[in-house]
Amino acid sequence: MKYLDEYRDPDAAKLLLDEIRRVTSRPWTLMEVCGGQTHSLLRHGIASELEGTVELIHGPGCPVCVTDEPDVDFACQLAQRQDVVLASFGDMLRVPGRSGSLLDVQTTGAHIRTVYSPLDAVKLARQNPEKQIVFFAVGFETTAPATALAIQQADQDRLENFSMLVSHVRVQPAMEMLLQAPENRVQAFLAAGHVCTVMGYESYDSLVTQYRLPVVVTGFEPLDLLEGILACVRQLEAGAARLENQYARLVKPAGNRAARDLVQHVYQVCDRSWRGFGVIPNGGLELRPEWRRFDARRRFTPIQSSIEDIGECQSYEIMTGHIRPPQCPHFGKHCTPESPLGAPMVSSEGACAAYYHFAKANN
Amino acid sequence: MCLGIPGKVVRWLEREGPFAQAEVEFDGIRRLVHMACVTEAELGEYVVVHAGIAISRVDSIEAARIFETLSESEKEEVLKAEPFDGPESSG
Ligand code: SF4
Repeated sequence: MKYLDEYRDPDAAKLLLDEIRRVTSRPWTLMEVCGGQTHSLLRHGIASELEGTVELIHGPGCPVCVTDEPDVDFACQLAQRQDVVLASFGDMLRVPGRSGSLLDVQTTGAHIRTVYSPLDAVKLARQNPEKQIVFFAVGFETTAPATALAIQQADQDRLENFSMLVSHVRVQPAMEMLLQAPENRVQAFLAAGHVCTVMGYESYDSLVTQYRLPVVVTGFEPLDLLEGILACVRQLEAGAARLENQYARLVKPAGNRAARDLVQHVYQVCDRSWRGFGVIPNGGLELRPEWRRFDARRRFTPIQSSIEDIGECQSYEIMTGHIRPPQCPHFGKHCTPESPLGAPMVSSEGACAAYYHFAKANN
Repeated sequence: MCLGIPGKVVRWLEREGPFAQAEVEFDGIRRLVHMACVTEAELGEYVVVHAGIAISRVDSIEAARIFETLSESEKEEVLKAEPFDGPESSG
């Protein structure tokens, strides 16, 4: 009960925990999809409180962690060009590619600017007409409206020196791929609340029907997570498979229509290679043909790297629930947040970094 | 990086079209925010801002709740946003 005093309402949390234990007749396996949820589950001690009752697998929900190595390599190559300034969210800088990270190349003089918003990168392009500004567009559907708007802004400003390296990923196809894996252990999903504020959750209907499993759209606070877990367990115990929305105070069934339209206007669905997963059909977004003049992959040619994949990082095993981060042989030894071997150790939303951080805090 | 930061809409600069913009206050700090996805937000209402663009409206209680769960570094994220430029910065 060490962490219960951190709950917003400890009494309510305790009631929920008791209720989860009461209704659970066997150890169900749930996956929380979003890295923010993983962080919260560990931070508030929920995962350990529920040990033996409900197993939580930490899903692929950190965009930084699933951005493919060749994309990071290409970003590094671009940043090293004399004529280019690479603009990126700060989270991406320490993510290792196959030949180092953006931070590594920055220390040897590459041109990298961290920005809060892709629109700040557009501004950078306006202010530096002699440079090519490339924005490294990573993220789930929550980030896609901002990058879509950046493209429209660059178009409106008739900028010739702005482009994007688009590595956007879509959550639902990855969930589907996990379910299709022969070794799948997931019996219910806590869907990522914030992605749903943009995209809504109607599209999960097909997942629920096709795979007959509960999907509960869930928020990030301890009580949200406990409610989401309870809703999943109740369904599983009753043999039900329904779509529920625990996060109704923020998430509407259709999401934010304007944001979806904006994304649709600029992007189309494509297959995308995810780090640790390989190619996920429909797992990404790419620029529509009418916007491809802003595509950094067309404007610049990547130099093919002969270096093989890192291979040592066990992130796939973690995302499929076959090991927990501390069981990775590199965890805390060769792989720490200061010197990460794999992406899940980099971002605070990565499962390995969350374990590392909270394991330390507990000791 | 997916978490948004809630802020209060204090002044509309442009309310129509893809480049709708408003001045939004985050715990005393004001920033220019793109509002294309929440053009119906009223002054004094709260919006959740992600990477410089507001992606949803929230009530004040939820805004306070979200703000409280953010870490200091997440709150500071928004400070990294470029401050206003051009004539709209005055006032
Ligand atoms: S501890 Fe490091 S090497 Fe092991 S899975 Fe996590 S990120 Fe990969």
